[in-house]
Amino acid sequence: MMEVAASEVRGAPEAAVPRAREVYFTEALQEALAEEMRRDPEVFLLGEDIGVYGGCFGVTRGLLAEFGPERVRDTPISEAALVGMAVGAAILGARPVVEVMFMDFVTLAMDQLVNHAAKFRYVYGEQARVPLVLRCPAGAGRAYGATHSQSLEAWFLHVPGLKVVAPATAADAKGLLKSAIRDDNPVIFIENKVLYQSRERIPEGEYAIPLGQARRVCEGGDVTLVAYSRMAREAERAAVLLAEEGVSAEVIDLRTLAPLDIGTVVESVAKTGRVVLVEEGTRTGGACAEIGVQIFEHAWDSLDAPIRRVTTPDIPIPFAPELEAAVIPAAADIAAAARALVET
Amino acid sequence: MDRKLLQRFFYQMKLIRLFEEKSAEFYAYGKIGGFLHLYIGEEAVAVGACAALRDDDHLLTHYRDHGWALARGTDPGPVMAELLGKATGVSKGKGGSMHLCDPERHFWGGYAIVGGHLPIATGIAFAMRYQGNDRAVVAVFGDGATNIGEFHEALNMAALWKLPVIFLCENNLYGMGTAVTRASAVTDMVQKACAYGMAGEQCDGMNVFAVYEATQKALQRARTGEGPTLLEAKTYRYRGHSMADPELYRQRQEVEKIREQHDPIEILRERILEEKALTPEELERLEREAEEAVAAAARFAEESPPPPPEALFADVYAQPIPGLGLEEGSRDAWQR
Repeated sequence: MMEVAASEVRGAPEAAVPRAREVYFTEALQEALAEEMRRDPEVFLLGEDIGVYGGCFGVTRGLLAEFGPERVRDTPISEAALVGMAVGAAILGARPVVEVMFMDFVTLAMDQLVNHAAKFRYVYGEQARVPLVLRCPAGAGRAYGATHSQSLEAWFLHVPGLKVVAPATAADAKGLLKSAIRDDNPVIFIENKVLYQSRERIPEGEYAIPLGQARRVCEGGDVTLVAYSRMAREAERAAVLLAEEGVSAEVIDLRTLAPLDIGTVVESVAKTGRVVLVEEGTRTGGACAEIGVQIFEHAWDSLDAPIRRVTTPDIPIPFAPELEAAVIPAAADIAAAARALVET
Repeated sequence: MDRKLLQRFFYQMKLIRLFEEKSAEFYAYGKIGGFLHLYIGEEAVAVGACAALRDDDHLLTHYRDHGWALARGTDPGPVMAELLGKATGVSKGKGGSMHLCDPERHFWGGYAIVGGHLPIATGIAFAMRYQGNDRAVVAVFGDGATNIGEFHEALNMAALWKLPVIFLCENNLYGMGTAVTRASAVTDMVQKACAYGMAGEQCDGMNVFAVYEATQKALQRARTGEGPTLLEAKTYRYRGHSMADPELYRQRQEVEKIREQHDPIEILRERILEEKALTPEELERLEREAEEAVAAAARFAEESPPPPPEALFADVYAQPIPGLGLEEGSRDAWQR
């Protein structure tokens, strides 16, 4: 098992990655699940319509045939109980991977995640561990409306005991999911639904990417763009737009929100003196609010300009595609924020 | 009658009652803070059910859990130490009275969120079957928990997949201060089994023999692949919901009547003496042993140190996260 920093994969010239191949983001996730299930019989899948139906977004399609209904377990529509079941099985040494069909449905399982999964280890004094992964298809952009489009990761940053992972690339999705499954803590794994259909190069063979390490997508000296999940891709596009105008942007993809690799962010800000934080979640109390404060705590004297945030405004996600597109941050919005900072 | 079993019944029920009386005293003296939910009156349920369990079976309970830990065989000293928030407590002083646990005895805790443990118990049962063994799980909850959504979700799944779990409802007639007649459309909780095609049994929770036999039957069902059972034990708590309860919702006479006519320890004593299964001297000796065990537990708890400051940041994650607890200011904050 080798560990690969995805920056070595995506940022490298093609010749340097001779064994890379193209897959859909969903296929990268499925490879991670299948490889881990083959490696460890304690890994099993639990969720609504993940077996016979093949998964709402097709991530688990075909796994039932290979692993059977005990390991690819269709459940009733009972989010609280199916997450709770995973917690119980995890205490006993199983490594369940749960799919909640839409991240919005974690609202129904919050008791299990917040009061039980996250607390066991602490209140029982290290005598229990909960190696559990909760896969959450998240985000807007597919006109699913206000209750099937949310990005709720910030809630979980406020719960000690949980880890939060949010990959932006297919290569990262595979490597991070494998690490999440092997982790002994409950992990909230965020999969952006728009990224699912993205087709990308990933390395051949098995690899894992450690949790808690950000990825420097591209180097630059004028401004730092910090993002994660789908927004890291928008930030990357923004960097291209900015380069055309002669502005050199450094893009940091956080990959993991908890634990947060604030060191990599601070290092970049120390160099550029300017930072734009980007997230798809709503603005108030969002992930960027926390990251911004940490930058200020660690590197206020490096800042040459105020910290800027580009987020979804504090409103529910509207249905109408035109309205929806208007509220989700895009490359142009990020570039505009960066431009404004560089001009100050 | 099996003399060893009778001795266990009598000793454990006496132990629990005396332990709870001692913890009430500690609470009154301010040595136990926060909540304290006493099990007095319900002893026959925990003692009867735990006697039916195999050592490798699993147990999860509600927050009224001291009696269950003792009935499962956990050393009273660390249980009392946990109530006092000491480093030697079963949960290292970080759980408190509602979060006792003893993984060595497969006791996976008291749960302070009503009904929250029922899906978890179902998951443990799922894992038992997944791992291919015949161990069973007992999940204990009150009448109030049967009105929670997680109860219904868990029962449905357990019945659907015929999982080896016993849902043991201690119906003590009150969810905190709300009488069961004011909270549930049906007052015999066992009726709630039929919606899930699950076996339902009711037993007299003041009679340790009845609980023991009903639990054995349910365990048999669980181990032979017949699936879960909803077992309702009709019982009664003599003390308030917690120590803070002024008990405005019931008459003193109601409590006194049950104490006089249905006390589980007196019922057991009469039966033992009637059948001459143990002598009065033997019962006295068991009582003395229980008294000594409680005194030793109280001493152990009082003499134990509180958890050290470094325990504060331990065990949040399975592997320490670099820097956790070391952020600038955070260490100062808790020291102040």
